[in-house]
Amino acid sequence: MTGTSTDRILRAIVVGYLVLFFVYMFAPLIYMMAVAFNDSRIPTLNPWRGFTLNWFVVMWEDTRMWQSIWKSVVIAFWVIVLSIPLGLAGALFMVRLQVPGKPLIYSILISPVLMPGIIIGLSTLVFWDASFDIGGRWQLSVLGQSSFISAYCMLLFMARLQRFDPTLEEAAADLGATPLQVFWTIMVPYMRPAILSAVAISFFQSFENYNTTTFTIGNDNTFTMYIVGKVRKGVTPDTNALAFVLVVATVIGGVAYELVRRREMKRAARRARRAQQADEALVATPTPVAQPAD
Amino acid sequence: MFAGLREAVRRFGYGGLTFILGGCAFWALFLIVLPNLMMVDQAFRPFLPRSEWGGPKDVYTIANFTLALVDPFNQLIFLKTIWASVLVTVVALANAYPISFILARGGQSGWVGILMIGLLIPFWVNEILRSFAWLLLLARLGPINDLLLLLGIVDEPYPFLRQDMGVIIGLVYAYILFMIFPLYSAMESLDPNQIDAARDLGAPWWRIHWDIVIPHSKPGIASGCIVTFMLAAGSFAVPQILGGTRSMWVTQLIYNQFDAINWNQGAAYGLVLVALCLVFVLAMMAVFRVSLKDIAK
Repeated sequence: MTGTSTDRILRAIVVGYLVLFFVYMFAPLIYMMAVAFNDSRIPTLNPWRGFTLNWFVVMWEDTRMWQSIWKSVVIAFWVIVLSIPLGLAGALFMVRLQVPGKPLIYSILISPVLMPGIIIGLSTLVFWDASFDIGGRWQLSVLGQSSFISAYCMLLFMARLQRFDPTLEEAAADLGATPLQVFWTIMVPYMRPAILSAVAISFFQSFENYNTTTFTIGNDNTFTMYIVGKVRKGVTPDTNALAFVLVVATVIGGVAYELVRRREMKRAARRARRAQQADEALVATPTPVAQPAD
Repeated sequence: MFAGLREAVRRFGYGGLTFILGGCAFWALFLIVLPNLMMVDQAFRPFLPRSEWGGPKDVYTIANFTLALVDPFNQLIFLKTIWASVLVTVVALANAYPISFILARGGQSGWVGILMIGLLIPFWVNEILRSFAWLLLLARLGPINDLLLLLGIVDEPYPFLRQDMGVIIGLVYAYILFMIFPLYSAMESLDPNQIDAARDLGAPWWRIHWDIVIPHSKPGIASGCIVTFMLAAGSFAVPQILGGTRSMWVTQLIYNQFDAINWNQGAAYGLVLVALCLVFVLAMMAVFRVSLKDIAK
């Protein structure tokens, strides 16, 4: 019905559209990164004034940058410390407790994900300042960021918890394990891949956050605020050098995250398969033989 | 309820249950509910120095909201933000739809996996850097103006960055991937046999999309539109970087009040923004006849 020539035209359109779209996605980033190597005071490729690495030196030697990076790392650390337990508490509440009112609690806990970041920042600031006379400071940024980063953690944990087999806990409890022992020897190892993902995502989300942080941080400066400040007050190509390093670091970090995540998933699948085999062996043999744990 | 709690105590112990309930309570109350209530409270109070808090002048008033909605300058900014965010959403949808469809039709082929990773890379890069890239591209003497001049489309550099155009271009670029991923995952679950069957029975391509693909991917379209719109309307860094002094966004209006320590006025602006966003979200859910549950999928 459709001739091969129209098929070929259709294929050409599809390929052309894909190529255009990927050029659109990548060309701006590549241009931004290439400008870092032009020996010119204004950030442009036209005219090209020769290759230089000087802008990387300028970028590297700015002490304010290193201070702002350190502040961002400190904030991200405390966001992880706060968000992982909160997200886990939320996920256990949603998946494992049989109590009424769960849909309402769920909507409340998930609402910061859709809320504009500056509203979260403003409400956090107003609340702590009006209630406890605490003005903007980095600790408030930790609280503001955690309100929505905990929700990302909760979603990750819920997805994994829903596939959890509660009989494992049952068995451990029947053998005399205390709830705390069950938690550390059954729940935490089972949740390990999700926890690793949550730590990575929390760090990334916190480190790159700008909106909530700007409203809560007071006189401090985080890395993203440093970059925005640089971009807004007349740019020189050392900003491009910084952008170059950041894009490369982001790509490496992202790919590493994907690889680790896939390896963890494979490992979990292997463990489940081995457990099943042990199960079957146990059923098959009349006298159960103790199997070494994985 | 008590049966559920007794079961939970048996399972998690009192310590575990305290952790679960205490964690949720702290998170819900101190990080979400109380801050938002306090912001609403402050929005209805006049801006006063701290010493006059609780004094005779500290009475509830709607003056902050009147200023937000009646002042012509503010009206313009609110309308502009909403209108431009709708435009960003529509442009993103129009471009994300064919891309998602092509990728979803690719099925399990190797090139789809590579292209999906290709899409993740710009998605990972911070939106501040992506806006910075467009700041360079759209500059007066930047490459896009060079090209337009070369082609004779304009006689002198077009001032993208001194009006809303630059912000809208930057927002589409920053948030289009939030449209593509939900669309792709909705379309991917469509059985390709349905499309082939329709084609074999002689349906033209637009009927296939209108009667099969779009109805099937409605939840993805709705959630993509909602997320893109919310991100655009609540965007702060992109208009800050790409908007000139003449292109203000509501978020910048809020920031200026915050900067002037008039948090009461800022809170009122913020609440109006949230209310307008809520109207949009509910309208989208009504138009697409989807519930929150469908979207969360």
